[in-house]
Amino acid sequence: MIEEIRTQVAKQLQKLDGIVGLRQTNQGTGPFLFRDGDDLNQLVLEPRYPLPVVLSKLQKQFRDANFGIVARGCDVRALVEMTKRLQIDSDRLYLIGFTCSAEQAKMCYCADPFPAIEQWPKAEMIGESVTGVQPNPLVEKFKTMSWEDRRTFWHQQFQKCIKCYGCRDICPVCFCEACSLEDPQWVEPGLLAPEFPTFHLIKAIHMTTRCVSCRQCELACPSEIPLTVLYDLIREDVSNLIGYIPGADLEAAPPLSLTLSDAPMKSDLV
Amino acid sequence: MEYRNIQTICPFCGCGCAINLEVVDGKVVGVLPVVDHPVNQGSLCIKGWNAHSFVHHEDRLKVPLIRENGEFREASWEEAIKLVAKNLEGIKKKFGSDAIGVLASAKCTNEENYLLQKFTRSVIGTNNIDHCARL
Repeated sequence: MIEEIRTQVAKQLQKLDGIVGLRQTNQGTGPFLFRDGDDLNQLVLEPRYPLPVVLSKLQKQFRDANFGIVARGCDVRALVEMTKRLQIDSDRLYLIGFTCSAEQAKMCYCADPFPAIEQWPKAEMIGESVTGVQPNPLVEKFKTMSWEDRRTFWHQQFQKCIKCYGCRDICPVCFCEACSLEDPQWVEPGLLAPEFPTFHLIKAIHMTTRCVSCRQCELACPSEIPLTVLYDLIREDVSNLIGYIPGADLEAAPPLSLTLSDAPMKSDLV
Repeated sequence: MEYRNIQTICPFCGCGCAINLEVVDGKVVGVLPVVDHPVNQGSLCIKGWNAHSFVHHEDRLKVPLIRENGEFREASWEEAIKLVAKNLEGIKKKFGSDAIGVLASAKCTNEENYLLQKFTRSVIGTNNIDHCARL
């Protein structure tokens, strides 16, 4: 599959200004903007990095450039929510979607380890879909736990937080310039662990209708707090109650941002 | 138009977490944790996440400054080092080695800090050396 992707990247680079992907050299692996003429043998697919965050940063800096991205399922889901919230310009984007390896999908308990690219104006897809991925056992276990047990569990988990803000920094759908988690009115500066449960529930509330279950926050957490269990349960509730699945549909308006539809993210309206 | 990541080690504490410095057109703009590094395994603390912020900071000194009559003036490294050496020598002669203390830096490499303690103990002749990242 990787050879096929490299061929496509080489082909698209003749038309595009650059393609965001992962580059591996003897100095390490990290996100990279491939340009025409670069050594594409260095293009790899793993480990996972928050490539949509990188793309958004580049689109904002280079306003006229046409970029591509080599994206897996969760990246594309993130791009959907970011596009709706004006963090990605889909007109200036070419998607090269690929399916995750079975190992990667199982490690992530991912229900959608392949990108849904049909709705994107400029996109192509490489690879066959992976099936047979089991859901996160902790999420399933949670559904059988009492409210009291859940509260105790999260109390213990959030007690471990060292307030690195990594879950926010790595999150593709966390992009506000003024963050509530840095507002002393909500979060007392210098207090460790942060007050229970406000800090993490502010984040969780903001993740409602946004979280695309990419698990980047959980993997970045130095205290190994299973954040996506919380966000997955919220995702499920939102899906059951109002039928909205974050990352699924480029056209569906995000339910919590409806009043901003004329001028989303304008500072005078937020 | 260039974006790449440079893998390096976080300049703060002695943990040695690996970070990717995000570079856009030659300017360091952000940090990403190195996902597959055995030390931090994709995690960072709040200092690591912001390890890039001092690199292009406007308050950062770029040339040595010497204070004369209460005012700073720019100087060459040669001149600055000579002045420091002369004054350290003078203080050592007049008040003894233990009148001098040295503060090492978290922004240096291990090797530079090793050199500094060697300099403090063998050249200046005191054990008065400490470090802001002695966590």
